[in-house]
Amino acid sequence: MSKSDDFILETRGLTKEFKGFTAVSEVDLRIRRHTIHALIGPNGAGKTTVFNLLTKFLIPTRGSIAFNGRDITNAKPAEISRMGVVRSFQISAVFPHMTARENVRVALQRKLGTSFHFWRSEKTLHKLNDRADELLGMVGLERFCDAMVGDLPYGRKRALEIATTLALEPEMMLLDEPTQGMGREDVELITQLIRKVSKNRTILMVEHNLGVVSTLCDQITVLQRGAVLTEGTYAEVSADPRVKEAYMGKAA
Amino acid sequence: MNKFLGYLIVLAISLAAPLFIYPVFLMKLLCFALFASAFNLILGYGGLLSFGHAAFFGGAAYISGHALKVWGLPTELGILVGALSAGVLGLAIGTLAIRRQGIYFAMITLAMAQMAYFVFISSPFTGGENGLQGVPRGMALGMIDLTNDRSMYYFVLAICLAGFLLIARAVHSPFGQVLSAIRDNEDRARSLGYDIERYKLLAFVLSATLAGLAGATKTVVFQLASLTDAHWHMSGEVVLMTLLGGLGTIAGPAVGAGIIVTLQNYLASGPLAAWVPVVLGVIFVACVLSFRRGVVGELREFLRRSF
Repeated sequence: MSKSDDFILETRGLTKEFKGFTAVSEVDLRIRRHTIHALIGPNGAGKTTVFNLLTKFLIPTRGSIAFNGRDITNAKPAEISRMGVVRSFQISAVFPHMTARENVRVALQRKLGTSFHFWRSEKTLHKLNDRADELLGMVGLERFCDAMVGDLPYGRKRALEIATTLALEPEMMLLDEPTQGMGREDVELITQLIRKVSKNRTILMVEHNLGVVSTLCDQITVLQRGAVLTEGTYAEVSADPRVKEAYMGKAA
Repeated sequence: MNKFLGYLIVLAISLAAPLFIYPVFLMKLLCFALFASAFNLILGYGGLLSFGHAAFFGGAAYISGHALKVWGLPTELGILVGALSAGVLGLAIGTLAIRRQGIYFAMITLAMAQMAYFVFISSPFTGGENGLQGVPRGMALGMIDLTNDRSMYYFVLAICLAGFLLIARAVHSPFGQVLSAIRDNEDRARSLGYDIERYKLLAFVLSATLAGLAGATKTVVFQLASLTDAHWHMSGEVVLMTLLGGLGTIAGPAVGAGIIVTLQNYLASGPLAAWVPVVLGVIFVACVLSFRRGVVGELREFLRRSF
């Protein structure tokens, strides 16, 4: 198989209807391995719905999803996570009443297979501390290992979320608006971080910030009213008059 | 090290307490402290408000009472049978309720507990309104006579300490870590690959079993299992104890239970006897309005800020 058609994730005719309203309609998405792929579109285009369908937080009405050629249409969120597809959330998803190290360790500890062991001391988890600290170092949080996560600023929480996701060594990361609600400095920080972790990985992100999309993404899919409007590189997509129209409304 | 010293002091006090205070009262206190701590495992650490824990407390009380009185099992075994049956009941109720959250979870557990109450009130073995009376205390380890209140006290203390230790360990275990993660952010825990329902169910079964242990022990102390143990008032009382003492703290529920049981006993013999529910209600409202973290929770926060 040549590299250009090695798709890690494929959807066919993906459709989601909510009581008579079609949020996502016949979406065929193909994500090439080891690329950063963006899903963009105006508000209400169905980006987040597609995202939730891919991560199994929603069940599609019709259509199929395949990961590495395996059908995952009816898999559960926890199952696809164990297969190597890990998502982030629009609002930073951390465990606020735990320390940064514990946050990452929760992701690491599943592999030990002792997560149901209520009679064991949590000291048995301390052997994971080095790896947890290393991951925190990767996202620039080495000084915050013992900090309560609820007290961290927003940008740091998002960085922690990425460290926690990385702990699972996912083949594919799905990022839901990773720079949403951030100041310019934090956006810069997260952009660099995503580039750094994209090595040997596939990333699919929903993103509003077109600056971030243009610097990071290899391939862009534009959604409008639940359907694919167009697809291509940033240059191709941004030159498409239909995309401008979708965002700005019809030119007068 | 300070913590260790603290535990030693608490242990010394509980060992010496029956020399100064009426042992039966102390035993009642211990049983409710264990009950509230078990309840805290599911509410404070699991984030699930069960409104049916009386079914486990009362169910175990009846079953161990029956096992001791009719089957003539040794005391330890009778208590164990009660606790384990509460665990099985917890598995049944939990499996049904765990998929729902918040008010729905509370309502399902309440409904199931009411059904259990109905079974207890109509089955002949519970003695209905009269309760299951005359449960023998028996011998501990086949040699210590438990009819002596002081020996009984140390027996109960040993059981409750074992229960507290198990709870403390469960909270600080690999399982406890996943449980706190689920309480903090359920969707995130799921996206990290955890089947959260199974973790919640295990927490629920553990909580039910230990609530049962408390109920069974109480039966042996008072030689009586009654409808009061299984009534929904009991489910409400344990919520009150846990919140008053401090949700999600190890010592909080025990402290809360201590306050409520002491107040009930103290007020019952005074002029306010008829007003006990009102007094408890006022305390509850004051707690929720002004010190929401509970006694131990506020104390911990105060220490954290001052040092």
